[in-house]
Parts: sequence; structure tokens; C-alpha cells
Amino acid sequence: MTAVSIQAVSQVFNPGHTGEVTALSDVDLTVAPGEFVSLIGPSGCGKSTLLRLIADLITPTSGTVEVNGKPAGKARLDQEYGIAFQQAGLFEWRTVQRNVELPLELRGQSRAERRSRTAEMLELVGLADFARHYPAQLSGGMQQRVAIARALAVHPPLLLMDEPFGALDEMTRERLQTELLAICAKTGTSTIFVTHSISEAVFLSNRVVVMSPRPGRITATVDIDLPSPRDEAVRQSPAFFDAVTTVRKALRAAA
Amino acid sequence: MKPSAGGLRRVLPPLVLGIAALTAWELTVSLGRIAPFILPAPSAIGHELIAQRGNIWDAALASGLNALIGLLWGTAAAVLLAMVASRFRFLADLSLPLAAVLNALPIIALAPILNNMFESTSSLPRRLVAGIIVFFPVFINTLRGLREVNPVHRELMTSYAAGGWTFTRLVRLPGALPFVFTGLRQASSLAVIAAVVAEYFGGLQNGLGSRITSAAAFTAYPRAWAFVAGACLLGLVFYLATLLLERIAMPYRI
Repeated sequence: MTAVSIQAVSQVFNPGHTGEVTALSDVDLTVAPGEFVSLIGPSGCGKSTLLRLIADLITPTSGTVEVNGKPAGKARLDQEYGIAFQQAGLFEWRTVQRNVELPLELRGQSRAERRSRTAEMLELVGLADFARHYPAQLSGGMQQRVAIARALAVHPPLLLMDEPFGALDEMTRERLQTELLAICAKTGTSTIFVTHSISEAVFLSNRVVVMSPRPGRITATVDIDLPSPRDEAVRQSPAFFDAVTTVRKALRAAA
Repeated sequence: MKPSAGGLRRVLPPLVLGIAALTAWELTVSLGRIAPFILPAPSAIGHELIAQRGNIWDAALASGLNALIGLLWGTAAAVLLAMVASRFRFLADLSLPLAAVLNALPIIALAPILNNMFESTSSLPRRLVAGIIVFFPVFINTLRGLREVNPVHRELMTSYAAGGWTFTRLVRLPGALPFVFTGLRQASSLAVIAAVVAEYFGGLQNGLGSRITSAAAFTAYPRAWAFVAGACLLGLVFYLATLLLERIAMPYRI
């Protein structure tokens, strides 16, 4: 079974109107269980649109999207994925603990179950001591970690991330990348990660999918063959820089 | 800086200014520049304030109760209607001009008419007036708050397959709370003003407004001013109570 299967998907916004935009044209993509795939490309290439299609936040104009063997709509209702955005999007009136609990609460889990699962998740992202804090009391990086904990709270087989580290400084960003990889390895979650950053895509992924705009489409797929676990040594290695160059060339060729 | 020093720095300037203004007022009146029946000296008003403190307290309780009841029903109506209006776009578009008309309605014009609609011993017209005044600021602010939902929150809740009442309860209402309190802060003082002014047009003689008119009618100006000071304090109490409630309701705002 595949984690995600996208077949011949096209997305047209405002069809038949003057503002008609073909956001995606005839996209095929398959993600294997446990695989980490990054979507990279310039603004307007439809990478965020593709992510929202998988999340069933929008419906494709044509084509099919399947998550974990189910149609995207069914997968959303079954909470088969967790999602995190560039803005952490925490609920400022809820404590860290209650933010992470929210998806469990909506699943109707008991209080005790929620408590233990949330404790486990906050432990995972290293924020166990901050359970009773409010989001406003946390730094941007910590807020983003809470958002990741929340996305993983229901133990979804799939994690969708839309430039989750885009608003963070370089140091925090690199630390969170390493943490994210460790979390994904531990939980066996498949991940689709949208980013602008070539080095981020290369460092995180098993596979980098290069997209280009007007109309949005996939122009290249680059397999990243780097040792794991990926650490600082990998970031300095010639193989890493070679992969960065390959992706950069693919992006140039697409533009 | 120690917090006490910061507090002092905040409190001191208005305190000094207030004392200076009162002294200037006292001197101007006592040096004979202003006739005491036009503007009594603060010392005379202070004297009355102490002499009448029992009466002022009772009158403030009567007016305060009217203002509080007006504030409660006006807020309840405003929040409920804002919730309804926010669910249907055409209702919101329709209700905004209606609310604006309600807001433009002068209480001075409304109070005597309402007074005549009920018995002269009824407090109802005053409570109605106070509620009507409260309605507009709370309604407008709450509606704005309910309509402003963070797009990330919206997408998240969609991803959780949570809509309808769940979405309203978990996201829209708590998100609108700061806006509700913005409206309430304006409304709390307005409720007191409305309750006091509504008493100027007859009816029960138990509140601050009726005491002010009767004292003025007897040319007992220092006494009238003492009740005005009482009304001012009552408004302040309402405002501060709202601020306190806001702190309690939203501990996450630092």
C-alpha cells in the first residue's frame, strides 16, 4: 500500500472566469510508507496547492488523490494525516497541553488517554516542561514544535508540512530539521514537506520533487542518497553539496 | 526598575495634576472670580460629599443596579445577535445599518417616551435605555471578532473535520473574546451614563440622576455636584470591574 497516491491531478481556480489560473496540470506522485518527500519550486508552482489537495482542504478539478489507500476526503475524516503550516497557528487561549490535546478531543478520546498521549508528544518535541504555558509565552521555534506535536498527536501515518520552518532563524531551523527527522524515524511517519529552501529539502528528504509554475507541474524528481541518521557531518559532506547542486540545476532547468 | 517604582511613576503625574487642578479651582472660586452658585468650590462639594455619603451610596446602588441590568441584557442580546448575524452574510449586511440607526438614537429623546410607556414607579424604562446604549458597541465589536478567523485555524479545523457548532465553540467564540471586551469597555461607562441621564425625565426619585436634578432645582449646587461626583465614581467602578473581568477571562494575554 502507498502512503499517498496522486494520479493525473489538475487544479484550475476560477474556471471560465477572467481570473482563471491553472495551479496544477496533470500531476502524478506516489509516496511510499515512511518516505520523506519534499516539494520544492518557485512561488506559484502549486506546491502548497498540491499539499492542500492531499489534505482534502480543496478538491481537485480532475484526477484522484488517495491517502493510505482511501480517497482524500475519507482520509481527512479518519484523521489519517497531521498538518502543520508556516504559522504555528496555535490557539492562543489554550495552553500548550490543551493545544496538543485538541485533535484528540475532537476524536472523542477520554481525558486520561489525552493526557498520556499529550505528555508523550511534548516529550518527543522536548517541551514537557512547558505544558502549562500559553503560546504567547513561547518563542517562534517552540511554538512550531508544539504545532508539530499537535500534528502528530493522533499518530497519523502521514505528516503534511507547508514551510513549517519558513519563519524561523537559520539556527533554530537547522535544529528543528534534525529533530523532525528523529521524530519521523521514531514514529515511522511518511512526510510531505513543502519548502523554498534547497538545502532544507536535500537534508530532510529521501526524494525531492521539483516543480515549476504556469502551469504548476512536476518537472523533475531527485533521489537523495545520503547516510542516515542525518547529522551535522552529513550537512558538511561532499555528497550533500552534490545533491544540492543537482536540485539547483533541476530548478534552473525548470524555470 | 522595581515594579513599585514603575507603579509610582504611572500614578504620580495624574495625582499631581489632579491636586493642582483642584487647588487652582478652589483658589479661583474663593478669590471671588466665580460666583459660588455658578461653580461651587471643591471644598464645598467635598463637604457635601461627606455629609450626603449615605444618600449618595443609596442612589448609586439604585442607578448602578439599573446600569448593571442594562449592561447584562444589552450584552447578552448583542453577543447572541452577533453570533446569528455572523453565520449569515446577508444578515450581517442587514444588521449593521440597523445597529447604526439604533446607535444614532439619542437617549435624551428616547428616555421620556419610554418613561410614559410604563408606570412612573417602574425602573424598567431606565434599564431598557441602558441596554439599548450598550447594544451597539458590543454588537459591532463582537461581530467583527466572530468574522475574523485566522485562516490557519480555519484550515486546521477543516483538517480535523470539525465544523458548525464545534468550530464556533472552539475557535470563533474564544477568538472573538478580546473584541467582546473592547466593546464592553466602552459599554460599561455608557451604561452608567445612560442609567443616570434616563432619570432626568421623571419617574422614581431614587437614583443619582434624580438627586442631581432635585438638588439643582433647590439651588443646592454643592449637593448636586456631590452627586455628580458619585456618578463619576460609579462609572469608574463599572469600567474597572470590566477590566478586571477581562483579566480573569483572558489569562493568556500577557
